[in-house]
Amino acid sequence: MKEKVHNPTSAFRIGVVITVLVGSALVLIGRAFDLQVLRKDFLQDQGDARALRVEPVMAHRGMITDRQGEPLAISTPVDSVWIQPQTFMTAQSQWSPLAKELGLNMADMRRLVAQKQDKEFVFLKRQISPMLGQKVMALKIPGVSLLREYRRYYPMGEVAAHVVGFTNVDDQGQEGLELAYENWLHGTPGKQRVIKDRLGRVIQHVELLQKPQPGKNLTLSIDRRLQYLAYRELKKAVFKNKAKSGSVVILDVHTGEVLAMVNQPSYNPNTRKGLKASSFRNRAVTDVLEPGSTMKPFTVAAGLESGRYTADSMINTSPGFLKVGRNLVRDAHNYGLIDITTLLQKSSNVGASKMALSLPENTLLHMQEAFGFGEITGSGFPGEASGIVNTSPHWRPIEQATMSFGYGLSVTPLQLARAYCVLANGGYLKPISFVRQQHPVVGQRIIKTKTATAIRTMLESVVSHDGTAFKASVEGYRVAGKTGTVKKLVNGQYSDDRYQALFAGMAPAVNPRFVMVVIINEPRGKAFYGGLVAAPVFSRVMSGALRLFDIAPDVTTPDRWQMAVAEAHL
Amino acid sequence: MLTNEFVEDRITSSRLLMHRLHIDLPLLLGLLMLAGVGLFVLYSASGQDDSMIIRQLIRLALAFVILIAVAQISPATLSFWSPWIYSIGLLLLIAVLVLGDIGKGAQRWLDIGIFRFQPSEIMKLAVPMMIARFLADTHLPPNRKRLLLGAILIALPALMVAKQPDLGTALLIASAGGFVLFLAGLSWRFIILSLVAIAASAPFVWNLLREYQQQRILTLLNPQNDPLGTGYHIIQSTIAIGSGGLYGKGWLNGTQSHLDFLPERNTDFIFAVFSEEFGFFGIMLLLLIYIFIISRCLVIAVQSQDTYSRLLAGSLALTFFVYLFVNIGMVSGLLPVVGVPLPLVSYGGTSIVTLMAAFGILMSIQTHRKLLAG
Repeated sequence: MKEKVHNPTSAFRIGVVITVLVGSALVLIGRAFDLQVLRKDFLQDQGDARALRVEPVMAHRGMITDRQGEPLAISTPVDSVWIQPQTFMTAQSQWSPLAKELGLNMADMRRLVAQKQDKEFVFLKRQISPMLGQKVMALKIPGVSLLREYRRYYPMGEVAAHVVGFTNVDDQGQEGLELAYENWLHGTPGKQRVIKDRLGRVIQHVELLQKPQPGKNLTLSIDRRLQYLAYRELKKAVFKNKAKSGSVVILDVHTGEVLAMVNQPSYNPNTRKGLKASSFRNRAVTDVLEPGSTMKPFTVAAGLESGRYTADSMINTSPGFLKVGRNLVRDAHNYGLIDITTLLQKSSNVGASKMALSLPENTLLHMQEAFGFGEITGSGFPGEASGIVNTSPHWRPIEQATMSFGYGLSVTPLQLARAYCVLANGGYLKPISFVRQQHPVVGQRIIKTKTATAIRTMLESVVSHDGTAFKASVEGYRVAGKTGTVKKLVNGQYSDDRYQALFAGMAPAVNPRFVMVVIINEPRGKAFYGGLVAAPVFSRVMSGALRLFDIAPDVTTPDRWQMAVAEAHL
Repeated sequence: MLTNEFVEDRITSSRLLMHRLHIDLPLLLGLLMLAGVGLFVLYSASGQDDSMIIRQLIRLALAFVILIAVAQISPATLSFWSPWIYSIGLLLLIAVLVLGDIGKGAQRWLDIGIFRFQPSEIMKLAVPMMIARFLADTHLPPNRKRLLLGAILIALPALMVAKQPDLGTALLIASAGGFVLFLAGLSWRFIILSLVAIAASAPFVWNLLREYQQQRILTLLNPQNDPLGTGYHIIQSTIAIGSGGLYGKGWLNGTQSHLDFLPERNTDFIFAVFSEEFGFFGIMLLLLIYIFIISRCLVIAVQSQDTYSRLLAGSLALTFFVYLFVNIGMVSGLLPVVGVPLPLVSYGGTSIVTLMAAFGILMSIQTHRKLLAG
C-alpha cells in the first residue's frame, strides 16, 4: 500500500530556507573578511603583543685568575625559578611536587605566594643547577619560569677567600677584589626578543636585539701555589699555637705585587650560610696592630740616614734598662756596650731608645711617614686601614723612646710588608698591587741604597744561631728579618698574657726577591715569642716560595753556612 | 553507441550497488573529506599529539560504522520506533537530572558502568524523529491542537537539557524540532507571532539565565569589559582568526593556538586554529565542503518519497547548518559562547556519533526510495 506523498513545504517556504541559509553563510564569510582582511593588522599586532617579549640575556662576569692564569673565581650557569603569583595560584594541586623538587616547605611557599600575589615577578628559588631546572620545567606548572643566571664559583675556596672576596646572589661584588673591580668584572646584559606562551615559557628566540657584553677577566698578582702553601702553614701554626687569628703577606720586592695574602680564620666563599661577618675580614689589610720590635730596623734606618750613626757605631745599653722621665724601658738582659747589628740581633729596647732620643725631635716621625705608615698602600683593596702614626709635632721623650721599638703607632700587616720591601729593594717605596704588573714599577727613593744594604746585612744576623729568629732560616738561602713579640693593648693597658707574635723578613738576603710578614695573634700555647711562633711559618713558606720561583740559592752548602756562623763567633 | 550503453549500464549498476548497500556516495565523500580536514587541523591544534589523532580516528571509524548501520534501517522502521526512542530519551534525561554526574560544572552525563554517556545527544535525533512522526500521521498543515502538542514535545526535553545546563544542546534540540514544524507548514502568522513573543519574553528569559550565561552575552557586546575573564575566549579567538589573514600562517604555524593562548583549541574553538593557519581562503574551502554536505542533505529531503522522511531529512540538514553557524558564530565573536562543537572537526566523542547517526538516517531515506527507473 503506497503512502500518499504530501507536499507540505511550499516552494516559497523552500525559497525562504535557501535564502536564510545563503544569508547566514554570507554573514560568516563577511565576519571572516572583517577579521582577516580589514582588521588583520590590528589583530596581528594584538597577537604579537601577547606573545612577543623583550628579555634580558644575562652576561657572565669576568673570570678572576692568579698570575699564571689559574682560575680563582669563575661564573657557572645556573637557573633561578620564578613565578607569576596570579597564574601560579591557579595550579595549587601541582604545588606539592614542585616544593618537593626544590626542597621548599609548603607552608613557606604558600605564605610567599600570598604575600606577593599582586606582583608580576617573584623568585621562588635562586640558583639551582640547570639539571634541576629542567626537572622543574618538566612539571609544566602554569606561572613557573626559569631565569638563566650565573653563579660565582671559587675553586680555591677558603684559601683565597679574603683576597678574591665574593659576589651576592645578584652577581655583584660584595667583598674583596670582586668588589674593588666590580666595574671591570661586571658584564652588561643584552636584550633579545622571544615568543612566550601563555604560561610564560619561552617558545622561540626571535632575534638578538643587543649582544650581552661579558665582563672582562682579571689577572691577579697572587700565585695560586704560594697562596696555598702560605695558607696551609698559617692554618697549621694558628691551630698548633691555639691562636685567635693570623695573617701572612708575601710581596714581590721589585713590583710591590701581592704574591700571597692569607688569614685565619677564613671561610668558604662557595657556601657562606651561617658564617660570622668577622671571618670575612681580610685582616692583613683591614686590621691594625702595634708593630713592636719589627719597627727597630726603621729606627736604625733613621739613625744611619741622620749621619750620626754608622754600621760600626757602638751604643751602651748598660745596665739593661733606661729611665725616661718617670718610665722605665727594659731589655731582657743587660747587653752592655753593643754595636747596631747586635742591637737588632738581640732586639735591645734600650739601644733603640737611646738612638731615637739622640736624634732630632721629628726624625722618627718623618721616617715612619716616608716608609708609608699612616697612609693606605694604594692597593685599592676595599676597607683598607691606613693605620695611625702620631703626627703631633712635639713628642714627649717617652713617646720618642717607645716609638723606636714600635709602640705608639698602629700599622697593617700589608704596610709592614711594604716598608720591608724598601729595605729589600735598596731604598724604594713602591705602590702595592693585587693585579699582575706588566711593566717595571717605579718607586720613590726613601733611603740610600747603602743604608738599606747595611740594615739587610744586620738583619741577617737576627736569623742566626745567636739571633731571636734562627727558626726563620731557610736551608741554602740567606735570610734577613726581624721578630716582634707585641703585648696587646687591652682596655688601655698593656696585657701581660696577650701577645702578637710577628716576623717580617726577606730572602735571599743579598738580592731579595720576596718580603714576607707573618702575624700570629694571641697564641695561647707554651710559646708566644715571634721567633718561636711566627718565624717557623716564615721559614717553611719562604723555602717553598724560593723553590717555586726557581730562585738560585745564595749559600752553596749548609756546612759553609755553619762555618760562617762559627767564624762570626770567634 | 554500444559502448555508450555499456558505460551507462556500468554506471547504473554501480549506483545500484550503492543503493543496495544503502550508501549515498556524494554524502559519504563529503563527510570523509570533512573528517580528513578535521584530522589535519586537530593534529596541529593538539600540538602534534599522535595519540589524540589515533583516538579521534578510532572514534571516526566507529561513527562511520554506526552511519552505515543506521542507513540499513528503513525510514518506516525509524518512524515506527520514533515514539519509543523519544520516550526512552526523555526518561534518561530525567535520570540525569536526578542522579547525573557532574562534568565541567554541568550535569550532563549518565554513568552506566562501562562508559559515561550524554542522553541529551539522543534527543538531538529523537526530537525531530518524534515530531516528524507525530505530524506525518495527520493532514498537513497541522491544526492548532497538533501544533501545541508538538511544541510541548519539543519544549519538554529542550528545557530539561537547558536546566543541566547545556544551552548549546538545548538550542540544537529545539531548532531540530522547530524545523520539522516549519517544514510541515507552520503558518507564517504563527511564526511571526512566536518571534514577537520570544522578543517580548527576552527580559524574563534574561532573568532565568544563570549569571555566567548572562555574562557571556554581555561579553559578546564588549569583550574588553573583562579581558581576563569571560572576554578572554572571544578576544583570543578573534586575534587568532584575524592574524591568519588572507592566506593563513600555514599548517602547524599558528602562534596564538600553539602558544596556549587559545582556550579549548582542540574542541569548541578549533575553527580559530584552522582560520589562523589557513586564512580567509581556507575558510572559504571549509565552508564549501559544509555547503556541499548541506546541499546534498537538502536534495535528499526534496527527493524523499514520504512525509516523515521529508520532514526528518529537512530538519536534520538544517540542524547541521545551525551547528555550523553557531560554532563559527561563537568562535568569531558573533554569538555568545555556548558549547557547540564544529561538526566533525572538533575533537570529542558523542557529538560525532550523533552526527553520523543523523547522516545514517539521511542515507537511509535516500537509499530506501523506490527507484522509478532500473
